Amino acid sequence: MLKSLVGTLVPLLAAVVALAFGATMLLALGASPVEGFSAMFDGAFGSGSRIAATAVKATPLILVGAGITIAFRTNVINIGGESQIIAGALLSTVVALNLPNLPAILLVPTVLMAGVVGGGIAGAIPGALKAYASVNEILSTIMLNLVMVQFMNYLLRGPLIDPYEMEAGTRIPQTERLSDNAMLPNLIDGTRLHLGVPVAIVAAVGAYLLLWRTPTGFRLRAVGHSADAARAAGMNVERNITLALALSGSLAGIAGAILVFGSEGQRMVTDGSAAGFTGSAGFNGIVAALFGGLHPLWTVPSAMLFGALLTGATQLQRVLQVPAALAVALNGIVVIFVVSSTPARAWIQKSLTDAGLFNRRSDSRTKGPGSSREGAGDLPDLPDSTEGSGDV
Amino acid sequence: MSDFFTLSVLAATAASGIRLATPYLLASLGETVGQRSGVLNLGVDGVMLLGAFFSYWVVLETGNLWLAVLVGVIVGLVMGLLYGFITVVLNATQGISGIGIYIFGLGLSDLLFRRQVGTPKPVRRLPDVDIPLLSDIPHLGPALFQRNLLTYLAFLLVPATVLLLGRTTFGLNIRSVGENPGAADSLGVSVERTRFVAILIANSMAGLAGAALVLQLGIFQPNLTQGMGFIAVALVYFGAWRPIGVMGGALLYGLVNATVLQWKALGIIPVSGSDLAAMAPALLTILALVILARRVSAPAALTRPFTRH
Amino acid sequence: MRSEQKLLEMKGITKVFPGVVANDSIDFDVRYGEVHTLLGENGAGKSTLVKILFGLYQSDEGSIRLRGDPTEITSPSEAIAARIGMIHQHFMLVPTLTVAENVALGTASTRRPFTDLDLVSERVAEISRQHGLAVDPSVEVRRLAVGERQRVEIVKALYRDVELMVLDEPTAVLTPGEVDDLFVILRRMADSGHGLIFISHKLREVMSLSDRITVLQNGRVVGTTTPAETSKEELAQMMVGRSVNLTPHKPKREPGGVRLEVAGLTVQGDREGVSVDQVDLQVRSGEILGVAGVSGNGQRELAEAIAGLRSIEAGGIVRIDGIDVTDEDVRARRDRGLGFISEERMKDGAIAEFTVAENLLLLEHGSKKFTKRGMFAFGAINQHCEKLVEDFAVKTPSIETPTSSLSGGNIQKVILARELSAKPKVLLACQPTRGVDIGATEYIHNLLIEQRDLGTAMLLISEDLDEVLGLADRIAVMYEGRIVGIVPTGEASRSRIGLMMAGVPEQEARNGP
Repeated sequence: MLKSLVGTLVPLLAAVVALAFGATMLLALGASPVEGFSAMFDGAFGSGSRIAATAVKATPLILVGAGITIAFRTNVINIGGESQIIAGALLSTVVALNLPNLPAILLVPTVLMAGVVGGGIAGAIPGALKAYASVNEILSTIMLNLVMVQFMNYLLRGPLIDPYEMEAGTRIPQTERLSDNAMLPNLIDGTRLHLGVPVAIVAAVGAYLLLWRTPTGFRLRAVGHSADAARAAGMNVERNITLALALSGSLAGIAGAILVFGSEGQRMVTDGSAAGFTGSAGFNGIVAALFGGLHPLWTVPSAMLFGALLTGATQLQRVLQVPAALAVALNGIVVIFVVSSTPARAWIQKSLTDAGLFNRRSDSRTKGPGSSREGAGDLPDLPDSTEGSGDV
Repeated sequence: MSDFFTLSVLAATAASGIRLATPYLLASLGETVGQRSGVLNLGVDGVMLLGAFFSYWVVLETGNLWLAVLVGVIVGLVMGLLYGFITVVLNATQGISGIGIYIFGLGLSDLLFRRQVGTPKPVRRLPDVDIPLLSDIPHLGPALFQRNLLTYLAFLLVPATVLLLGRTTFGLNIRSVGENPGAADSLGVSVERTRFVAILIANSMAGLAGAALVLQLGIFQPNLTQGMGFIAVALVYFGAWRPIGVMGGALLYGLVNATVLQWKALGIIPVSGSDLAAMAPALLTILALVILARRVSAPAALTRPFTRH
Repeated sequence: MRSEQKLLEMKGITKVFPGVVANDSIDFDVRYGEVHTLLGENGAGKSTLVKILFGLYQSDEGSIRLRGDPTEITSPSEAIAARIGMIHQHFMLVPTLTVAENVALGTASTRRPFTDLDLVSERVAEISRQHGLAVDPSVEVRRLAVGERQRVEIVKALYRDVELMVLDEPTAVLTPGEVDDLFVILRRMADSGHGLIFISHKLREVMSLSDRITVLQNGRVVGTTTPAETSKEELAQMMVGRSVNLTPHKPKREPGGVRLEVAGLTVQGDREGVSVDQVDLQVRSGEILGVAGVSGNGQRELAEAIAGLRSIEAGGIVRIDGIDVTDEDVRARRDRGLGFISEERMKDGAIAEFTVAENLLLLEHGSKKFTKRGMFAFGAINQHCEKLVEDFAVKTPSIETPTSSLSGGNIQKVILARELSAKPKVLLACQPTRGVDIGATEYIHNLLIEQRDLGTAMLLISEDLDEVLGLADRIAVMYEGRIVGIVPTGEASRSRIGLMMAGVPEQEARNGP
């Protein structure tokens, strides 16, 4: 009983420690933590339009996060969110530029589908490389991030650049104003709440249904838990690994399309870096997914929280002159703590056991023949990265 | 193109390439030591950013270059203590905890910069130091032997790392812990302690790499590294976990980048193609990964936490 | 050189793991200058006992005396400091390092912080000469053959001035020639005063090398003797012993046509060399062909090859119902009616984190019976799973319980329910009752016979000789990747099979008592 209490306590503790860290940072920057946190809360939830803005900020996080849950549950680590967002955005932009006169009712779904396809390809490549060539997906997805950024810069400064920019000679990497028909319709007047928000939520629900209500999701989870057992049962492990990364990429791709077609500027624009366009949603989505326990439905409130962190941080900057980058640093701390908390939980339990607090015989840590595995905790185990030699 | 193939241009490109390679080399060498012991550190970029920022700030405030370098190393060391704790003591999943460190470093360096400095201000740069006699060799001399002290240090650290791994007891421990920690453990070698120290080395080098980057450029801005740390990690794979191979990779990377810059300056690459050219290094790395995946073996215990039964 | 003083005395050693008593009040001693063999089947407790000696495990009860003094050994470093050395069954070597580096690992260098590998190499060469070991200090271990690697382990121990040496199944990985070489070395070591503990299950070797032999069975000492006072047959009897005799009621059946055929099957092992060597087998409908043998003689690889999980060397053929499936993958073979119960249920038999229902559905999850418009129809699924749980007497709180919470026997029943409900034409059953309690074992045995009576051709691979004798219609014995002989169960005696399991060819075994 004490053991399970410790088990649930540690993740909670992790969140508290992260908050404490944030408070410390605020103090160190000369701001009062109370004022700081209340400014952030106000910025995120202070009014109807602010809540809408938070939801819009959270949308890419929901999508990327839901995709991450699919990948991680198949035991594949996807760090390529940035490249998949960009790929989806680029393909959907190209489609919009080429079909500007299609009626909105057709064009909007089309550009979203283009996002799916673009992101899917960007995910399938490292997926296939892992499945069929044993290339470590952590490295290949990171490398693809770097490639995609340059590709985006090339396209936005070159073939896709706003002709006006060419004339004016300013060369800001952005496209021309995209067709009104492609823009995501606004749902509530007076706010920026656009179609992208429910699309993201539907996608998260879809990810949940896929994983737990369909044979495909069943196979993904089986491969994720035990590729050996899956193979012995006749499942094609390689195909499932590729599929997982492709699906994860598709969801990120939709996020990319939404970022373009939900933007105020009505165009795709960057400052030369990936984060300039994506807002680091590719990484923050991982954080949202982890904090949501790698469950697509929990990713929604988790993403809202991080969306709130981001919008709140802008308010923080405005009111207390604390740079918004604080939110980024806090994100990192959350990842570290969440990742440490599962093993931290086990470590704390082990230390307590060694100290004699738990019955030694029944919780014996000495592994003998036929010993059963440690019971599953609340948080599913994070996927292992590289599997032994040969997987580069 | 014929403009490029003149000795003076080639020499200048080589010089630029060696300079560009320096931070990659420093970070990669450290990461090599860490990975040979079985630990993957994806947070290198974040540590580099923190090292870069604090070094920059020290130069800005004190004008003392060498203090700045020292601070960069210390920042790396502190991050190493953190990463060592979560990896060795808590056995956290290495890939993701590394990303957490990256995000943290990215955010904190950005935050501190905006708060403490505000707008990018140029600072003193590392001076080039002439090596007498050698730098008099026509063309090649200035390219190779008129570099700053950190560059010389980086290249000296290559044989030093070879020596460390190949000829010291500690190096022997690192290599065994990374391949078969069970065997090392059965002979009384402390897997935890060995990995912890390796992590400290790796992160200190990353901090130093950040210092080198910023002090070569003479300026800091948020996300200065633009993913350099990740490339440094990939270079370890590229170099097959051998210091010499890693040096080769870093040099190749630096030279490719320098060549691209030179070609842009000479007009060989039209301005519109410069981004495509910038893709080249990362694409090459992916290609290398695919080719090498089956032929080169990572340290067998890489990313596997070790627990004794 | 024999001496009466005891180098090692272990008294009353008891070690309990969850669900199994590995060592039960064991007394064991070793004299100076002797080779004392620990003999027993897999799971008899030999490895556990020596791991306690080496500090890898702690005993729950009992005491250890070394050279007359009571000693506690809580870690390998302490064991090494007490001059105990262990040559593990799975070598503790770092393949990418040289011999000298492996030997030097963990020792203090004279030139701290630098290594003194040149001095180490000299000493290695010296030891090598002294004991006839022929080991080259400068070679990388990964280039060495298995026999050579073992000699490196021995050098490692001698370098550390080991006095009591434990060798855990050292001949399991050696060719007959390498075994002879090893025994010469071991004899020399004993003669120079070392005490050796030799663990094995191979009777002929044991008879040729040992000074004394202690037989373990189910964690207890059955007896201690010397080669002069015993025989291979007697030892086999002691090893296999009187365990609970489960002879299920097995009606006589006339087998039908051949359903599973394997010809010229050769499979590469994970280490160097083949693990399955030109195996030919036929299994008929309505028949159980048992494959007996000590685990590690190629049984696992054979099953995996037939299932499609392992590739077969060119020339080998697998046929199901006459159709050549040699090039087909697991899915295809299963579609042809192959069922597979793997020997490590938690590795590839069932998924621990999945619920009972999910594991029951592992094969048929895509079937139209269980999906409606692409999504699972939980009504149909639950009905199906509840029925299976009932039919197969699986003890579980509910079908939504994570499978890891179930006992080994019940997990095995889940696997059987899944495989058998798919109505297999051919069934591969590997170690089906390993780690399963008596009650569930009996149940599973009856299930298997029922399945046989339904016409399934079953290949039963088991290291439990009683199980094979009780269930199989014919018995094939596997030794070192080959089939040593196939006998109808009616004509098989325990001792005869036991001898074949230990490598004695069928002819010789037949002429025994």
